Amino acid sequence: MSTATAPSLDRFSLPDAGGHFGRYGGVFVPETLMTALAELGVAYEAARADPAFQNELRHHLKEFAGRPTELYFAERLTAHAGGAKIYLKREDLLHTGAHKINNALGQALLARRMGKKRIIAETGAGQHGVATAAVCAKFGLECIVYMGAVDMERQALNVFRMRLMGAEVRSVEAGQKTLKDAVNEAMRDWVTNVRSTHYILGSALGAHPYPMMVRDFHRAIGRETKEQILAREGRLPDEMIACVGGGSNAIGFFFEFLEDSGVRLIGVEAGGRGIRRGEHAARFEGGKLGVLQGAMTYILQNSDGQIELTHSVSAGLDYAAIGPEHAFYRDRKRIDYAYACDDEVLEMFQTCSRLEGIIPALESTHALVHGLKRARELTKDKIIVINLSGRGDKDVQQVAKILGTKL
Amino acid sequence: MSRLASAFQLARARNRAALVAYLCAGDPDFERSLAACRTLLANGVDVLELGVPFSDPLADGPTNQLAAQRALAGGMTAARVFELVRRIRAEFPAAPIVFYTYYNLVFSNGVEAYLHAAKEAGVDGMLTLDLPPEEAGEMAAACRTHGLDTVFIVAPTTPDARIARIAAATTGFIYYVSREGVTGVREQVAANIPEAVARIRARTALPVAVGFGISTRAQVTQVATHADGVVVGSVLVNCIRDHLGSPEKITARLAAVVAELAAGTQR
Ligand SMILES: Cc1ncc(COP(=O)(O)O)c(C=O)c1O
Repeated sequence: MSTATAPSLDRFSLPDAGGHFGRYGGVFVPETLMTALAELGVAYEAARADPAFQNELRHHLKEFAGRPTELYFAERLTAHAGGAKIYLKREDLLHTGAHKINNALGQALLARRMGKKRIIAETGAGQHGVATAAVCAKFGLECIVYMGAVDMERQALNVFRMRLMGAEVRSVEAGQKTLKDAVNEAMRDWVTNVRSTHYILGSALGAHPYPMMVRDFHRAIGRETKEQILAREGRLPDEMIACVGGGSNAIGFFFEFLEDSGVRLIGVEAGGRGIRRGEHAARFEGGKLGVLQGAMTYILQNSDGQIELTHSVSAGLDYAAIGPEHAFYRDRKRIDYAYACDDEVLEMFQTCSRLEGIIPALESTHALVHGLKRARELTKDKIIVINLSGRGDKDVQQVAKILGTKL
Repeated sequence: MSRLASAFQLARARNRAALVAYLCAGDPDFERSLAACRTLLANGVDVLELGVPFSDPLADGPTNQLAAQRALAGGMTAARVFELVRRIRAEFPAAPIVFYTYYNLVFSNGVEAYLHAAKEAGVDGMLTLDLPPEEAGEMAAACRTHGLDTVFIVAPTTPDARIARIAAATTGFIYYVSREGVTGVREQVAANIPEAVARIRARTALPVAVGFGISTRAQVTQVATHADGVVVGSVLVNCIRDHLGSPEKITARLAAVVAELAAGTQR
């Protein structure tokens, strides 16, 4: 195993005041949003330093969302791989079924603090939309969720859940009708209604302060993991693995460990049908540096700078850009990146369900695929922790369809 | 003096506002787009704002989104956009041409190389929708090197202190977007334009053009009383959209609409 040797890192020095993680990140938005983003940054800094805000957030994370989540020893997956011990961080056990609620709760409290009563969000897999709909219902906020028409079809169950909780789900017909197009539409709404509206962006993406703020709201994942693994094993894990769409569950999971250079951190992107143009969403495989939807980062694009089509069986990873902080830590060789393809994911979806009695989200299954590969290569005294970012209930209809099972 | 500065100066000397007109390059195809641009410039347009079609135009409403989609589907590439500019430039040596674009298109193959090519083709200025002055250092430097003007936006949400900062980064003109929102035709022009223009003028001597949603002669006149330039876009793009089935009618329709709008610029 190669242990990443990080040069001395100060994870708290990033991003800079302009939202830059080295050359990545920043604020690339229309002028109409500049002041709103600056105000959001100020409000967030104040909230972050306010013990009352932090206490309230902790309270809701516990009582409403169900934190802390368990660190679960996956005994049969471990036996199946025959190598390193595999633990799963059970974000799938959170209310609404994925890590997304951590961020949705944090931002909803912030919106309330800022006096914004109208909430908009984008969603891909629907998990962020469902989490946002839930917190808006809880706090009595108006909620509008933009979702690509293709995603509405493959995640129909989540569309119904959002509507049940009082959200208005707006179908996005532009572009390829998936997550990227939903973000465009949410940003158009925000430009139009910026004075009344807070945009709860669902991943560690976009313009500053979003990548930083979303990361911070997910840091509880890594903080708990560290305590739990130390309590269980008396030491830190050898490797930690998470899927990377925009990168929120991964950065929240990894952040507490960035300075622990003995812990290898691996993000797993969506390899789709293979690394060919338009067939995948692995930005570090086929992408190059560019600017999309507010930030400078790695982007799947053609030679003219037009954004490329993407594909993944999982709607939550089907996106052309990666969170800027990931690009930074990849350059620093602190986080490694791999990818998993649709067919491996579909197989692991069933394997995990059968062996552990846990149906994983297709997104999280990407981390499982790579995690089991790593476990096989490591000896039995090693420890791997995989972030199970969400549960797969939302995916069963789609998987049944792919497998040819009539429900 | 740059072509842009001359155009604003000439309009002022004639006691009217400059008419700044937007079309998407390559909408609906190369030849018809060229004909459309020619029609604009021959019928009273002072500044051509040429949209460079982008796959993800997040500051644009449906009208411009669909125009960009048509152009890309019709085979527009960076090279073809430059070719279009060359053809327009050959026919209209004095007409200022400003690119209305998104930063990834400028950045992806190197800002310096892109702006070099733009200048060579005959472009005069750059309006990059998702590039605030804070991030525009590299582009501003390359614009200086190649003698291209910069155009930046001031919005209703822009505080006074930022206006000065934006003006400091601008060499061409300030584009005041008269309302929060994306591009597209609006029923009414925003009410507070005189105050907004005064707010900008107090902080810069640059020309101020006002746009977003302006579509009738009366609206042009209303804005022309206060601003150095009036920007029209969606109303022209709609002329193309409405005649996709009979494209031979596009230029006649555009000529009529533009002549009417241009007549409204007189103060
Ligand atoms: C369960 C789950 N995991 C992961 C993701 C990917 O997002 P991120 O990379 O921000 O964690 C999603 C997105 O929808 C998701 O629903």
